[in-house]
Amino acid sequence: MRRRGYWVFLIPGVLLSILVIVVPLVMTVYTSFTKWNGVGDQRWIGFDNYTRLFEDSLFWSSFGNIVLLILAMAVVPTLLGLFLAAVLFDYVAKKFSNRWASLFRSGFYLPQVIPVAVTGIVWGWILHPEYGALNKILDTIGLGSLAHNWLGEPGSALYSVMGIMIWVQLGYPIVMFMAGLQRVDPELYEAADLDGATWWQRFRKITVYLIRPEFYVVLVTTTISALKIFGPIFVLTGGGPSNATLVPSYFAYKNFFEKAQVGYGSAISTVLTVLIIALSIVFLRLQNRAERKA
Amino acid sequence: MTLTANRTPTAKTEPPKAEKRANPVRFVILAALLALLLIVIAPLLIITINAVKSPADYAGGGPLSLPSSLYWDGIVDFWNRVDFGMKLWNSFITSFTVAVLGVLLSILNAYALGIGKVKGRVWFLVFFLVANLLPQEVLVYPLYFLSKEAGLYDSLISIVIIFTVIQAAFGTYLLTSVYQEFPTELLDAADVDGAGKLRTLWSVVVPVSRPTLGVLFTFFFIWTWNEFFLPLVFLVSNDNQTVPVALGVLQGDRLMDATMTSASGLIGILPAMIFFLVFQRTLTRGITAGAIK
Repeated sequence: MRRRGYWVFLIPGVLLSILVIVVPLVMTVYTSFTKWNGVGDQRWIGFDNYTRLFEDSLFWSSFGNIVLLILAMAVVPTLLGLFLAAVLFDYVAKKFSNRWASLFRSGFYLPQVIPVAVTGIVWGWILHPEYGALNKILDTIGLGSLAHNWLGEPGSALYSVMGIMIWVQLGYPIVMFMAGLQRVDPELYEAADLDGATWWQRFRKITVYLIRPEFYVVLVTTTISALKIFGPIFVLTGGGPSNATLVPSYFAYKNFFEKAQVGYGSAISTVLTVLIIALSIVFLRLQNRAERKA
Repeated sequence: MTLTANRTPTAKTEPPKAEKRANPVRFVILAALLALLLIVIAPLLIITINAVKSPADYAGGGPLSLPSSLYWDGIVDFWNRVDFGMKLWNSFITSFTVAVLGVLLSILNAYALGIGKVKGRVWFLVFFLVANLLPQEVLVYPLYFLSKEAGLYDSLISIVIIFTVIQAAFGTYLLTSVYQEFPTELLDAADVDGAGKLRTLWSVVVPVSRPTLGVLFTFFFIWTWNEFFLPLVFLVSNDNQTVPVALGVLQGDRLMDATMTSASGLIGILPAMIFFLVFQRTLTRGITAGAIK
């Protein structure tokens, strides 16, 4: 039975989307071609913001930092999470009990549910140069010489943020992969056992192979959240010291709300958006191709 | 995409007891996992023990000693100083309203796209997918500008409207794929009974898809609760701040000493922990739901 006349139900959604998403998006892209301080007139300057952007060393270093953050937020948690999920699902759940496996899963997932501002407080406190717990611990165990202003020195700030982001992200792949593993037919594992496969062989040949759909989803979503990262940078370092942890979204924020260079900020966010969408298209293609092969 | 719950493997996967005792390696692995788990939750434990420590106690014993007595003044002082009850209320009312309206909007969109299969639905879906991907930075300045023009700047209403639309973009995408698989017999039966489209929606589609809607509601609530960037830009006055914004802007405040900072951390963690415990089942189910596309 062909159903007609359902478009009425789309009206509120379409109107609101135009108001909150389409119009602002178009305005930002337009503004990226103008010089504007947020009040007064916008002056059309063509591609000047973009040429300035590509000559701006801060812009390039903010993207360099993002590459390292993708490592910390997407690559490391995905690989480590895959391994831990396999151990929990295939070893702990079987040799101990499911209860142990879900206990570990919940524990590793905890940092994911904490608001980013609170993550900032917790880690800002632990890494604080004067009263922070980490330096105190190092002192106590006689490694006081390693004590550091972890987030406050250009040499260590980005690495500290990376460590914190691994901590934040790890639980998400574990939950996703453990859920994916539920689909796997236990007989496959039993067959591999009968053939005398070691745990590691089974992990590589069966687990990794069967869990590819989840693997792609996790990699895409975590990479995109790395590209968008703002909150952790704002609360942990404010992009400093001396721009050592600057990222594109924070760079745009500073141009919008601190420097009143709205046109330039718009160009930064437009480039970031194009990058994210391009990356998503590439990932979707790869995923489709992998699915067709399977 | 399927929305089946996580099935826990049945007991048959558990080996017999004798084999369990035989292998010492498994305890090494368990110990290693426990050590890793301890590392992961250590930051939260450290914050907790220091939040209930008096400054003198802290100065004497350092950050790692257990408090010699429970000291609640740090938490109470901080609570009163930032008027934390009000921030909690702001966060709650915003997240709740967004979750309700976001689910409603997702239902309407998905009804038209998934069940009504309106013309151009693929393009609408592409739009909602892209809307999901957009960084908020690309929307923030025009939204800021427009809300000022409309007199809605520094108001929870603007935040509610914006996040309703943003969350519904995800909800529409997810729910449409669920509604595409909706059993047509049920819809036909409603047709035969002479139910209009709106009545079919409320009395057939919504009740049947209630589990999915529950997942969406939970997600929208928690996501909105944790949002930081747009509330930071929009909610500038003290009375309007949400919990994350209030805590975020106090970071590095000179008046905050070590114990009070950890107190602020603890009362920021607590609501999140409560949601986590309350919604744990829904959450793991929902995370999986978003995955299998």
